[in-house]
Amino acid sequence: MDQVFKALADPSRRKLLDQLFEENGQTLTELCSDLDMTRQAVTQHLAVLESANLISIQWQGREKLHYLNPVPIHEAFERWIRKFEVPRLRALGALRQRLERGRK
Amino acid sequence: MNKAKFVYVVYIATTPEKVWQALVDGEVTHLYWGHQNVSDWKVGSRWQHQSVDADHDVKIVGRVLESAPPRRLALSWARPDDAANESKHSRVLFEIEPVNDMVKLTVSHTELEDGSDMQHGITEGWPRVLSSLKSYLETGKALDTWAMKKTQRA
Repeated sequence: MDQVFKALADPSRRKLLDQLFEENGQTLTELCSDLDMTRQAVTQHLAVLESANLISIQWQGREKLHYLNPVPIHEAFERWIRKFEVPRLRALGALRQRLERGRK
Repeated sequence: MNKAKFVYVVYIATTPEKVWQALVDGEVTHLYWGHQNVSDWKVGSRWQHQSVDADHDVKIVGRVLESAPPRRLALSWARPDDAANESKHSRVLFEIEPVNDMVKLTVSHTELEDGSDMQHGITEGWPRVLSSLKSYLETGKALDTWAMKKTQRA
């Protein structure tokens, strides 16, 4: 999980994930064309994303295609966000009930 | 028509056999996926993803395209309404490989109609299903996302 948060902490890496969200399965060259970064820098960012399991690599002939893998983000959501969300939703529900009672 | 492809990867601290069983045993899929996967899992056989209640509402149908336990399972995938229309069928490949003391499960969903409801459904669905599967196999407890959906509907 540390690797996931570390990988997501960098705006260039988030941009790369956004690009894959827009169009999944891109080559390094395609990913570079929209970014103001050297090919080498993009390669390094992709390696960090891959080791955090945020992207997966598929070979198609000699082409290396990059796919967005949102599974670790979902795990982080389950572990760190949803459990905090539940009490808040409950609090909002209680507030609504109180306000609706007040209207009568 | 453009066809879209998605690849999902999850690492699970378990064995390939347990991952395989979790994909093909309807009692187990019910626990972490909310529905039963039903088939005899022989190549050419039909399979379906159905609800557990008495009416067995069928959500997804298809055929078993490849079956090599416990490493590789390929299915065709369609809504019941599109069962006869092969152009609307997509494909799902499960690849199960041991990596050190973990199992790497790769789910490739291909030949999806770009922009279709099915594409939107699966891009939301797979991360949730795979997180739930991981949680179930590692801790014995699945994620309660399906239970929560039911509560919201009520």
